[in-house]
Amino acid sequence: MALIEAKNIIKTYITGDEHFNALNGVSLSIEKGEFVAIMGASGSGKSTFMNMLGCLDKPNSGTYVLDGINVTDLNLNELADVRNLKMGFVFQGFNLISRTTALDNVQLPMIYKGIEEEERVKRAYEVLEIVGLKGREHHMPNQISGGQQQRVAIARAIANDPPLILADEPTGNLDTKMSIEIMNFFVKMNEEMGKTIVLVTHESDIAEYCKRVVHFKDGSIISDEVKRK
Amino acid sequence: MIDTKSILKMSLVSLKVNKMRSALTSLGIIIGVSAVIIMLAVGSGASKKVQQNMESMGSNLLTIRSASAKSGGVRQGIGSKPSLTIKDAETILKNVEGIEALSPVSSENKQLMYGNQNWSTTVYAVMPSYFYIKNYEIDYGRGISMEDNRNYAKVAVLGSTVATELFGDLDPIGRVIRVGNIPFKIIGVTKTKGSAGPFDQDDLIFIPITTAQRKVFGTAFPGTVNMIIAKGENSETLNQTEKDIDEFLTARHHISKNQEKDFEIRNSAEFQEKMQSTVQTFAILLASIASVSLLVGGIGIMNIMLVSVTERTKEIGIRMAIGAKAQDIRLQFLIEAVILSLSGGLIGILTGVIGAMLVEMLSSGLSVQISMFSIILSFAFSGIIGVAFGYYPAHKASLLNPIDALRYE
Repeated sequence: MALIEAKNIIKTYITGDEHFNALNGVSLSIEKGEFVAIMGASGSGKSTFMNMLGCLDKPNSGTYVLDGINVTDLNLNELADVRNLKMGFVFQGFNLISRTTALDNVQLPMIYKGIEEEERVKRAYEVLEIVGLKGREHHMPNQISGGQQQRVAIARAIANDPPLILADEPTGNLDTKMSIEIMNFFVKMNEEMGKTIVLVTHESDIAEYCKRVVHFKDGSIISDEVKRK
Repeated sequence: MIDTKSILKMSLVSLKVNKMRSALTSLGIIIGVSAVIIMLAVGSGASKKVQQNMESMGSNLLTIRSASAKSGGVRQGIGSKPSLTIKDAETILKNVEGIEALSPVSSENKQLMYGNQNWSTTVYAVMPSYFYIKNYEIDYGRGISMEDNRNYAKVAVLGSTVATELFGDLDPIGRVIRVGNIPFKIIGVTKTKGSAGPFDQDDLIFIPITTAQRKVFGTAFPGTVNMIIAKGENSETLNQTEKDIDEFLTARHHISKNQEKDFEIRNSAEFQEKMQSTVQTFAILLASIASVSLLVGGIGIMNIMLVSVTERTKEIGIRMAIGAKAQDIRLQFLIEAVILSLSGGLIGILTGVIGAMLVEMLSSGLSVQISMFSIILSFAFSGIIGVAFGYYPAHKASLLNPIDALRYE
């Protein structure tokens, strides 16, 4: 069974009398273990689609089944649980909580999951080591480089060991060297940890790391190609 | 389910990040709680002081005085037409229930002389029970006895002020002073009671009432006394006792219904109640003013929390994206507000207690009384204020849309 099964998703924004269809009946199926790049110009609907996948927004119509759960039926609290347990977010601007240590940032999803402190701290040390930040646990976001901040964000995304990682232009704020480092880590997460990754980007060299590329235009998918298995 | 301890920890971290702001926000509550504690302490201290003054004057008292005389339609002062006698006093005590003790009293200002010292004071002619009724205690020597009254003894008990003025360091017992021109032997000195208002309760002497009537006080109405003072058995029956005395004396003095009474009864309880309620009103007024400052402190918390929610919109968005529910966000901000107000409350209690002590030290004679009740009250109140004023900002935070919140810069 597919991890993500989106069918005929329509999202309409109403501004005054104008109806604007951000998504015109998008259907997309993503299997477990896939590494998908979503590309498109700004306004193409890719970000709106990502918000749907991330359960941050609800479609006006259509169904979205994630890991066997029909997300479109859930209430706000249940959606929060799905976000907490089924996916990890990696944002362009890192989105770490400022003036809070790397260790505390990584613990956040586990706090909302309700994990005991002792276990939480142990796991946080563990994932920070996985992303190569051993020894930086007590640094604040403003005391480490952008690449390191993004790695803290990745550690936070995998803390609850979710099947899905959603990344929104994760290298947008990084230089080339750091971008390569981060992308290699995404590949590692996909291949070694078996995470399904959906990554929004508008840079084709970033999309090169992915196995499948989906193009959006004007609220619809215009191409969907599998590059390698 | 997320545990409260973790939220508490997160809240503490957030507050620590903004130390200065947290401290200033708490300051409002600190001042409010201190003010409430100080005001309540001053209020109940004043109330206790009044109570003590009242007790020193004697409690549950009924004072029966001769009514005012009327001459040609011009009414004179109370007691100007002496109508009460020692006999009245004796029969009241025998016939009216609910009286614990009773004494007829006459008083006059007299010049006292001892050697080359002299002093003008009020001479109280009393029965032995007067000391008990008015809470005078014998410091040394003895009080006036029934026997002194039977024998028309020329003995006197001095108030402490008089003893000091006339004798200084000398022991007055056994010495003879002149009251007017009559020699009196001093048999005792009362303990200092202090003053009740401007009135020095120790500037007086006591002599047997029989002696006074026969030898000291000249009066146009022989055998009469200025007043009869009675102590009721308890405060509940005092009003009934007052009525009974009224009826009994009315009958005894053969006063018909349409005649004006030749006596008047005053009830000390009424006066005491009035005084107490005045002091209480004053205390409530003080506490209300203080509560307003506590309220203002609460509004300060709301203000800062609203700023904090706006400033941390992005943080709220991040938390929601990674799985925080609306109630988790609400609880975190609410706990932050309550921590601010409760810590302000705790510090406020400390500064309030110190402040109340300072008030007592710096003011002359104002006594403060810090009650556990006021401490618990103001602490609980600060907690309630934290919840009441923290709820709206916290609720506002919980209603944020995660997408908009994440986009907020």
